[in-house]
Amino acid sequence: MPFQDRHLCPWLNGDYLAILTGPVLRVATEPRKLHYRPMTRRVVISGAGPISALGVGIDDTWSAMCEGRSGLKPLTCFDPGAFPCHVGGEVDPETFKVRNVVPKSYRKAVKVMCRDVELAVGAAVAAIHDAGLKTPGVDNEDGHVINPDRMGCQIGSGLIAADVQELTDAFVTSLGDDEEVDLGKWGVTGMENLTPLWLLKYLPNMLACHVTIVHDCQGPSNTITCSESSSALSLGESMRVIERGAADACLTGGAESKLNPLSYYRQTCAGRLADSSGLEVNDVVRPFSTEANGTALGEGGGLLVLEAKDNCDARGGRARAELLGYAATQSCDHDGMSATAEDIAAAIHNALRSADLDHESIDAIVPFGCGIPSVDAAEADAIETVFGERATSIPQVLTVPYTGNCNAGNGAIQVSIACRCLETQSLPARLNTGTIDRNLQVGPAEARDAQLSNILVLSVSQGGQNTAVILGKVS
Amino acid sequence: MSSERRRIVITGIGWVTPMGHDIESVWQRLLNGETDITPIERFDARTFPTTFASQVRNYDWTKFVKDPSLHGQPGIHTQFALGAARQAWDMSGLGTVAGLDPHRIGIYLGAGEGVLDFQSYQKTCLASREDDGHTINTVNWGEAAAKFLDGVGEVEQEPNMPASHISRELGIRGPVYNCLTACAASTQAIGEAASMMRRGDADVMVSGGTHTMLHVLGVTGFNRLTAMSTRNDDPATASRPFSKNRDGFVMGEGSGIIIMETLDHATARGANVLGEVTGYGSSADAYRITDIHPEGRGPAVAMLEALADAGLDPAKRRDDGKPPVQYISSHGTSTNENDHIETLAAKKVFGEMAYDIPMTSIKSMMGHLICAAGAVEFITCLLMLRDQVIPPTINLDEPDPDLDLDYVPNVKRETAMDTCLSNSFGFGGQNNTLVVSRI
Repeated sequence: MPFQDRHLCPWLNGDYLAILTGPVLRVATEPRKLHYRPMTRRVVISGAGPISALGVGIDDTWSAMCEGRSGLKPLTCFDPGAFPCHVGGEVDPETFKVRNVVPKSYRKAVKVMCRDVELAVGAAVAAIHDAGLKTPGVDNEDGHVINPDRMGCQIGSGLIAADVQELTDAFVTSLGDDEEVDLGKWGVTGMENLTPLWLLKYLPNMLACHVTIVHDCQGPSNTITCSESSSALSLGESMRVIERGAADACLTGGAESKLNPLSYYRQTCAGRLADSSGLEVNDVVRPFSTEANGTALGEGGGLLVLEAKDNCDARGGRARAELLGYAATQSCDHDGMSATAEDIAAAIHNALRSADLDHESIDAIVPFGCGIPSVDAAEADAIETVFGERATSIPQVLTVPYTGNCNAGNGAIQVSIACRCLETQSLPARLNTGTIDRNLQVGPAEARDAQLSNILVLSVSQGGQNTAVILGKVS
Repeated sequence: MSSERRRIVITGIGWVTPMGHDIESVWQRLLNGETDITPIERFDARTFPTTFASQVRNYDWTKFVKDPSLHGQPGIHTQFALGAARQAWDMSGLGTVAGLDPHRIGIYLGAGEGVLDFQSYQKTCLASREDDGHTINTVNWGEAAAKFLDGVGEVEQEPNMPASHISRELGIRGPVYNCLTACAASTQAIGEAASMMRRGDADVMVSGGTHTMLHVLGVTGFNRLTAMSTRNDDPATASRPFSKNRDGFVMGEGSGIIIMETLDHATARGANVLGEVTGYGSSADAYRITDIHPEGRGPAVAMLEALADAGLDPAKRRDDGKPPVQYISSHGTSTNENDHIETLAAKKVFGEMAYDIPMTSIKSMMGHLICAAGAVEFITCLLMLRDQVIPPTINLDEPDPDLDLDYVPNVKRETAMDTCLSNSFGFGGQNNTLVVSRI
């Protein structure tokens, strides 16, 4: 077990494994070495697996963005006629089928995966491949590259909407005289029309549950549910898990699909959806433009392999970027829903401080840039506050016009793209249209080469959670 | 970063539970072995496989907040959290401290999702069927939703809403997280919040959890999983962890919130310290979506990691002859599987010494507060350390012959203790353990 030696919790090694595999009752033998070792471990991203309307995996995602090909299309998975926004970012059902990416032995479980889980499971396989790791999920023969108990999993997920058709099919078996569900009938027979595992399809932590089973990740596992900041908050938590020595690597990121009637309704009620009537598909999401009137939704997200640099180096892995800084803040305006520039700026300042960098060192920004005017304005104000005059010249990379707002998964797409920018020393194209009245680099642009040492990635959530992540080029 | 590890203490606690809405009265009821499990009042569950639950009653959240209009119409899970957070915040005394930096105060909750309004939802679905009587027309559905489903209520179901409302109530602007790992959520939240402060990300954290699944689809879901007790003829005795004839958990609801600070921060302002989080361990079963690993692999790892984090050797008695922890707050759900495997895991971790460590489940009295369970149990650990007394596991008249640890059956016990361990294990395989010590 070569990786045993590299465990940073020395008291949890061979003896500890013996406890887990040994007889129920054991007699205490020699005392083990017990002490806490505070540590600062450098953390890198060694694999990226985005999934969205642009495709599965970083290569397809990146080339679409370099060619300026948006994944937004008129929605086909359901008719959104009653809602203001009729376009969305759907993952192509022909190219992505979850049963094709899970091990044969796990295909039965596909039946209890809702869409969000499918996306996470697909992203995890892409990330593991990209990182050059082996797990029972991607290679049944060769076993693990990282010990299962040293592999954690933190996944951002959303409020998952149960399928309305599935529930309605059950409701109609229990109608009362008034053509509504009679709870008396529902309790006796109606509920039996739901599969016994129905509830487990829709629990937010089932993304991490399935991913940990498929890839045998037995380290700390968590599910972060903070809307659009979920992915970045998960990344921050994975970083802490690795820093404190509780794991050597983590699958982290998030995935969500709001492409269903209930989620569309909720987003409509929250006033977040764009009105797409009379617009070309590519004109629906126009971050930072004066004509912007909301966002479009996408399904997707991504998982990243976050890894201790020492571990990545030792196994001969390839670091795509180093995680240099991270911070989170909360906007708590009176109405509780508004993004506040001051708190977004505080997140950026704190992230810079944690990276021990000043704003001059940031060469590009991947803002959330979702097209909701109040959110964009707060983000733009924050960028201007922190970067001053540089705000006008620093290039911005926008993802939402390509994928739609993937909510809990969105941050993982942003981070994946930032990693590829650093790796290739180039910037993808920008699609943004409309009148930009801010002096920010957010208008249409071709893909181009660029010298990039550090990139800032921002998230701003419905609910007020803001994050700032700083990624650095691997030297 | 300092090489000295920051110590994290608790300076405020609060809860809203089925047994009451303030710390001391509920604590007394737990010591007395009382329970409040009764037929479901929130909807007509008379024909359901399970007809009873442990319910929060006569609770008015507006009495706890400084200005209810600040919060609009919060969901019921948020209402619970606001009441618990206000109690904890007031106890901590932080509200009267001048010059607090709001960006150095964070929140880490393990809050569940909000409640779907079943009546309006089924109306919406049924009104939007095609002529075949069952196929949903989604355009009709959207139009029906606008008529029947309250917009604010829908937005308030997002799981980050309780944390957002607490930030609004207390003016918090530091890092804010919500995790949702089923029954393990609030234990995990407390552990991760402590980890954030150790790292220096905040000086003060509001943590804990809130949840209710006491609604038609929640009860339906657990009934379909056959995870809940169906002892409808005698609800008060339905939650019977570790007993021979246990038949599932009893659904509860509520919130438990704690205020944590770095010891330096608490000492500098002369705060009253209730206890210290000395260890945290977390693991994933990575086994099956429905079952715990039969050898208790995940729970054992969580306990071992927490003990190691606290610098405790599970195999070694202390110089005074006592086990390294003197009490275990078990997950103890009263399901056949959990209680069996948790007992097995405790034996794996502590060996023969497990027999000397009292291990109880307050779920026998309180029911299972799902996401909020861990926080409420953690708070009872603090009260046990304060008063040196362990509340009983009630309804334990006929022990399961395979389960032979010291579950403190039916009657409270006074005992000297300074270190407790608190377990929570979630559907989906997340296992979390905290070690809490007297300071």
